[in-house]
Amino acid sequence: METQQIKETIQMISEENLDIRTITMGISLLDCITGDMATTAQHVYAKIVAKAKDLVPVADAISNEYGIPIVNKRIAVTPVALLAGADPAPDFRLLAQALDDAAKAVGVDLIGGYTATVQNGCTPADLALMTSLPEALATTDRVCASVNVGSTRSGLNMDAIKLMGQVVKDVAAIQPENAMKLVIFANAVEDNPFMAGAFWGVSEGDVAINTGVSGPGVVQRAIADQPEATFETICETIKQTAFKVSRMGQFVGKVAAERLHVPFNIVDLSLAPTPAPGDSVAEILETLGLSHVGTPGTTAALALLNDAVKKGGVMAAERVGGLSGAFIPVSEDANMIAAAKAGHITLEKLEAMTAVCSVGLDMVAVPGSTPASTISGMIADEAAIGMINNKTTAVRVIPVPGKGVGDSIEFGGLFGTAPIMPVNTGDASVFINRGGHIPAPIHSFKN
Amino acid sequence: MQVIITVIGTDKVGIIAAVTTRLAELQVNILDVSQTIMQGAFTMMLLAQLPEGADFAATKADLQGLGVEIGVDVKIARQEIFDAMHKL
Repeated sequence: METQQIKETIQMISEENLDIRTITMGISLLDCITGDMATTAQHVYAKIVAKAKDLVPVADAISNEYGIPIVNKRIAVTPVALLAGADPAPDFRLLAQALDDAAKAVGVDLIGGYTATVQNGCTPADLALMTSLPEALATTDRVCASVNVGSTRSGLNMDAIKLMGQVVKDVAAIQPENAMKLVIFANAVEDNPFMAGAFWGVSEGDVAINTGVSGPGVVQRAIADQPEATFETICETIKQTAFKVSRMGQFVGKVAAERLHVPFNIVDLSLAPTPAPGDSVAEILETLGLSHVGTPGTTAALALLNDAVKKGGVMAAERVGGLSGAFIPVSEDANMIAAAKAGHITLEKLEAMTAVCSVGLDMVAVPGSTPASTISGMIADEAAIGMINNKTTAVRVIPVPGKGVGDSIEFGGLFGTAPIMPVNTGDASVFINRGGHIPAPIHSFKN
Repeated sequence: MQVIITVIGTDKVGIIAAVTTRLAELQVNILDVSQTIMQGAFTMMLLAQLPEGADFAATKADLQGLGVEIGVDVKIARQEIFDAMHKL
């Protein structure tokens, strides 16, 4: 009996907030397509309930037996825009409702896949889904949506980016919290288990289990124990810690898959913060020696953290996937919230940080008066970073009606509090209104 | 099913007696045991075998209830998770 190792594991869980952040079941809905949306929606509901009925009880039993919290149980499905192609006038409300009803029936907290992938162009079904988003997110509780507007191989669909700037405004105008459930991606991955951007890509199998681990507190504590260590030692410490954390994800995912009689797919090696004390990615950066997140040096610190987490985690898991990196959602990270309130971190610095980590401008609240073209500009900038750097980037921004800089919005629970951040007041409308497509970048002459 | 049971709390007379007596009542076989005072706190770890067909959740609730009774924190988890984290 290795008492030191047992003690370390228990301490990680009980004092440093180590947890399995999500077990996400991926379910293909391609076999639900009928050509008639009402019938398709019925098939969607039936398949999800049939496949995921044991997901929550199994996850709860594993959590109880092994003593590791499993915070979220979720479902990701095939991008539903693909289910509507044969219906001449698709009513996406039926699908949104079917997804919401199914999520409630099986007890998962969120279901992702109200999604369109339009990096090359939009089908009529894609357009119908995108324009349905304000109503779909307002009339459902657990449905999460995403739209992929660009990729390294396809370039940027600027027409879609223009449209999504307005859609984000319209979603938030009904209820700002609804915008938390909408992610706009470039280079979206097909096996991401984290919400709100999870969907189950068409190249995936019928049903499988994916896990996302988390443990910023564990990493922070390990670094804090070595205040004078060199970068080599710090990176080694992060790798070792990430290895242990990822082993948990691998183990729990495998047990869950066995009990649910489905394949185990991937572990997402992400550091995902929560607003709870000691569960902050920004605090890791500050522990590395920055007075506050946002200080010059922040991007470098994040880059080393992100890379070391991957290096440590890759060896711990049979298959790695998803987003795999450090998340920097503003509202979900206590030290990030504090830095934003104090003006230490700006949107521009966050944008720079997104070039070296997953995923993007995440859970950022901006003034309700921010024009749609400015939000489109933010989406285009993030997508360009992803396109050129061959990585996933995303925007989950919340324009809060009636609020301005100095105010904040309370989302509650794991979603935290978002101070309204100042947005550059320049005008991007002429650029955004040009329309068309920014071509895919050249893949040589890298600079 | 092999489990790791940890008992942590303020040291006093009778903690080991109380815990092991309850384990015996539950037909739980102790395979290995370690007890020390760590940073002033009584810390005991046991590797144990639950009887065939034992109800894990009920055993856990029972031991946690005992912990509350005698003023210590009792945790129980299946042993494989500790190996999974630390062993290649």
